[in-house]
Amino acid sequence: MSKPVKAVGLLSGGLDSTIAAAMLMRQGIEIQGLTFYTGFCVVEHNRRSKTRKRKKPVRNEALQAGAKLDLPVEMIDISGPDYLKVLTDPKYGYGKTVNPCIDCRIFMFRRARQYMDEIGAQFMFTGEVLGQRPMSQRRQPMNVIDRDAELDGLLLRPLSAKRLPPTVPEQEGWVDREQLGDIQGRSRQKQMEMAEEYGIEDYPSPAGGCCYLTDENFGRRILDFFEYEGKENLTMDDVMLLKIGRHFRVKPDVKVVMGREEGENKFLERYTPGRWRLETKDVTGPTTLVEGHPSDDDLRQIAGMTVRYAGSKADPDTPVACHYEDTERILEPSPVEESVLEAWRI
Amino acid sequence: MIQPVMTLDTYGLLCPVPIMKTASAIREIAVGEVLEVLADDPQILEDMPAWCASNGHALLDTIEEGEEYRLFVKKVK
Repeated sequence: MSKPVKAVGLLSGGLDSTIAAAMLMRQGIEIQGLTFYTGFCVVEHNRRSKTRKRKKPVRNEALQAGAKLDLPVEMIDISGPDYLKVLTDPKYGYGKTVNPCIDCRIFMFRRARQYMDEIGAQFMFTGEVLGQRPMSQRRQPMNVIDRDAELDGLLLRPLSAKRLPPTVPEQEGWVDREQLGDIQGRSRQKQMEMAEEYGIEDYPSPAGGCCYLTDENFGRRILDFFEYEGKENLTMDDVMLLKIGRHFRVKPDVKVVMGREEGENKFLERYTPGRWRLETKDVTGPTTLVEGHPSDDDLRQIAGMTVRYAGSKADPDTPVACHYEDTERILEPSPVEESVLEAWRI
Repeated sequence: MIQPVMTLDTYGLLCPVPIMKTASAIREIAVGEVLEVLADDPQILEDMPAWCASNGHALLDTIEEGEEYRLFVKKVK
């Protein structure tokens, strides 16, 4: 008996990649799932930062899909300086916000191809659907991505395969092209029918904006960082902070990040070293981090902002504790006009 | 009594990092041996069973001690 053909499947755990895996499993392909940790996934961030009192935990969908389909899933951490270069200097530019989708795809597919070679798989596949996403899932960008990622025809997109030129796995007869899909566009109707056919239940609803880089608020904050702090200085710690809380640019060299709920406050506390941390005394309020070099007047105003967003038990004179490394100062807050606050808001 | 041959400390780390570290650590032990994972991110209670199920390992036990967790993973293959 000949050895089964092995493929690496880029698995997000969403409906499309789960169906793509199920289609190929039905054809007898041995599948190794692969998922990347980028640091920009909205779901992953919500899992990390929101309050721990939530009744229903947010699941890692890729792992859940692997468990459901009984296929192994490898998680690879690609967050780091090389991936950040994709964000700061994309060859193919940004989409509507600061989303370098084409460059990101190329980066991921190159890494997936490397992994494919490492484990001795013959080809790789995704759940991509032609025309589903505006930037990276149109025919022309797909060609660019495949070329720049040096995939050599080894990437199969099972859901739209019949609408695309035959790939190596189809030409070699490893998979039967006739049994692959011809889906195009944004409707999920066909995928839902297929999910029923394959017995796939309990799948996540279509995510759409599942990446922070497509989020307008996050995009504004990234551009603010590029302008005032320099894109070459961006680190993953900065990225983590850009995703959370309220942000205010008080001065070119003073920025405020303020938690909006208990989970965010706890998350921000992890980033205290090297920053001022402000908290209201005796009454519940936000955790406020200050980046840069605030003057005493700045700190009093930021204390005022902290009181402004504290609970109803705080009044304008509520004292605010300011911590920096091992020192603590108690400040009387200076009120900040709403119009000033709005002007500072990023 | 479960006898782990290795203990992985992931205190302070948030998922999926503890899972990725578990995947690396499990490669260092032999089939049949047990890895103990220490964690304080409650998401691991969702992720570890799913990771074990998808990758064919056995989650023998999970002990919750307040906000800290000890998970015992047996390498099956």
